[in-house]
Amino acid sequence: MALRKIEDLHLLDREYDLAIIGAGPAGMAAAAQAAAAGARTILLDENPAPGGQIYRSIERNSPARRAFLGNDYWKGKGVLKAFLQCDAAYLSQALVWSVEQGETDGKASVELRVSAGGKSSIVHARRVVFATGAMERPMPVRGWTLPGVMTIGAAQIALKSSGLVPDGRVVLAGSGPLLYLFADQLLQAGGNLVAVLDTTPRSNWAKALPFLPPFLVSSYLLKGLALLAKVRRSVPVFTGVGTIEVIGQDRATAIRFQAKGRTEEIDIDSAFLHQGVVPNNSLANATGCLLAWNDRQKCFQPELDTHGRSSLPAIYVAGDGGGIGGALVAEVGGRIAALAACLDLFPEKTRQIGPLLAKHEKRRRVLSRGRTFIDTLYQPAVAFRAPTDLETIACRCEEVTVGAIRDAAARNVVGPNQLKTMLRCGMGPCQGRMCTATITEILADVQQRSPADIGTYRLRTPIKPVPLREFASLPFTPDAVQAVTGDHSDRS
Amino acid sequence: MFRRIDKTADTVAITFDGIPMRVDIEQTVAAALLSQGISTLRTSVVCDRPRAPYCLMGVCFECLVTIDGIQNRQACMTVVRDGMAISSQSGARSLDEGC
Repeated sequence: MALRKIEDLHLLDREYDLAIIGAGPAGMAAAAQAAAAGARTILLDENPAPGGQIYRSIERNSPARRAFLGNDYWKGKGVLKAFLQCDAAYLSQALVWSVEQGETDGKASVELRVSAGGKSSIVHARRVVFATGAMERPMPVRGWTLPGVMTIGAAQIALKSSGLVPDGRVVLAGSGPLLYLFADQLLQAGGNLVAVLDTTPRSNWAKALPFLPPFLVSSYLLKGLALLAKVRRSVPVFTGVGTIEVIGQDRATAIRFQAKGRTEEIDIDSAFLHQGVVPNNSLANATGCLLAWNDRQKCFQPELDTHGRSSLPAIYVAGDGGGIGGALVAEVGGRIAALAACLDLFPEKTRQIGPLLAKHEKRRRVLSRGRTFIDTLYQPAVAFRAPTDLETIACRCEEVTVGAIRDAAARNVVGPNQLKTMLRCGMGPCQGRMCTATITEILADVQQRSPADIGTYRLRTPIKPVPLREFASLPFTPDAVQAVTGDHSDRS
Repeated sequence: MFRRIDKTADTVAITFDGIPMRVDIEQTVAAALLSQGISTLRTSVVCDRPRAPYCLMGVCFECLVTIDGIQNRQACMTVVRDGMAISSQSGARSLDEGC
């Protein structure tokens, strides 16, 4: 058995039992599990190769050539192998830009609009799993839009996929497990790392301590401590960093920050920022899945049952896109969601699927140990979630400042969607991905309401810009024609 | 802004704002340009300020460029191809260019 790589939209089947969106650990594991359970399965992924971000370029990389990527990365080889050997279809470089619920023969089904190779097409599936992964939480600081400033995730992607190391003097700034992991990878790859600025609030340690016992048995503890010690031996590490500003005219030339009550400035060629990751929930949001605020991880995530069923029939969410848990939890979560979908599709297979589900749920509980400690320790400082520097840009696309948002918030704007119409924040090409977290937290801060109450932007499809000619090439439903033309006849 | 730590065997020819260059295959346009020392790919639509790729994973839309006449392509999500003509974008887009 082998994966069927599809080269063109026209070669897709008319209908699948299960469509999976995203080829990271959750998506790859879901595809393998669903295919093994007998579901006609297709995986659609926007990237050129499987792996998602965490296992980016896992097919091409080898420990012999890029050993510094580390053992946690090479674990991706296992899930990749199972995916490549499974009886599913796979279309890469395919953007699913809309998912609509429908009915086939009186039963729930979904219609996916997919763009690939400059064309769009409709794919029908009885069930769909969103395995859309995580994205980095924005870290709005003054100067963060300057060339020479990127996210730490971006630097790691460049290293994994193209063997690129930043040239010249590099500073890493932020908080979260990736900060020290990437510092170590960068040093091993020969990067000139001149400082690490750790923004983890000191008070987080006291808050996290009660959750330490379960973390002590997690495999991450020793690795984390060893990494910290290793990086500290090689590079100056500033802890308790409170404010950060990147300085430069047309590109970043220095970084200024406060640590231990002193203001420091370091000359740089590039700076990489990171404040942890949040679910990449654009597709779930635009499809209409209910979202819920996770106050420990400070993000919105789809409301799911323990098996990944969303608030909408036929739609499931697996992996970090449904709540941050890391690669191994995502992998097992992909299996669980795929099995749940198969259970709903084939009730006659309950006897085979039930025990498998129970086994993977147990495994997930083991892998999730210590998560509360990590979440609490690395909860980003409020200064980076709800910035107060009025000149800092919050919405990068439409260049809306923190000052403009705070001003509007003080005038009792009712929520993020009204803010959009007033200021255009969230209306640029990123469709709010880079500012939605900041907008919610600033509104909550100014109006003294909970982020859950403030809510998030209501997204619409297409979830990414699609050329009009691709739109126009698709068949329209009578309802859609009537919505635009007001014409009741069914001439279309 | 970036340098390569290892070499792949094959390259393709592309142009950026008319300047010809050879870059390694099997990588994105954004990575290819960064490896050539090119980071500023456009100016912003409101204040005309220089912008560079930021997330490299398709969410920030900072790396928008014109590729073979089509505007607003995500350089970080598009794989280089031999003969590809890439150009930077200045300010807001207009409807009468390729869309």
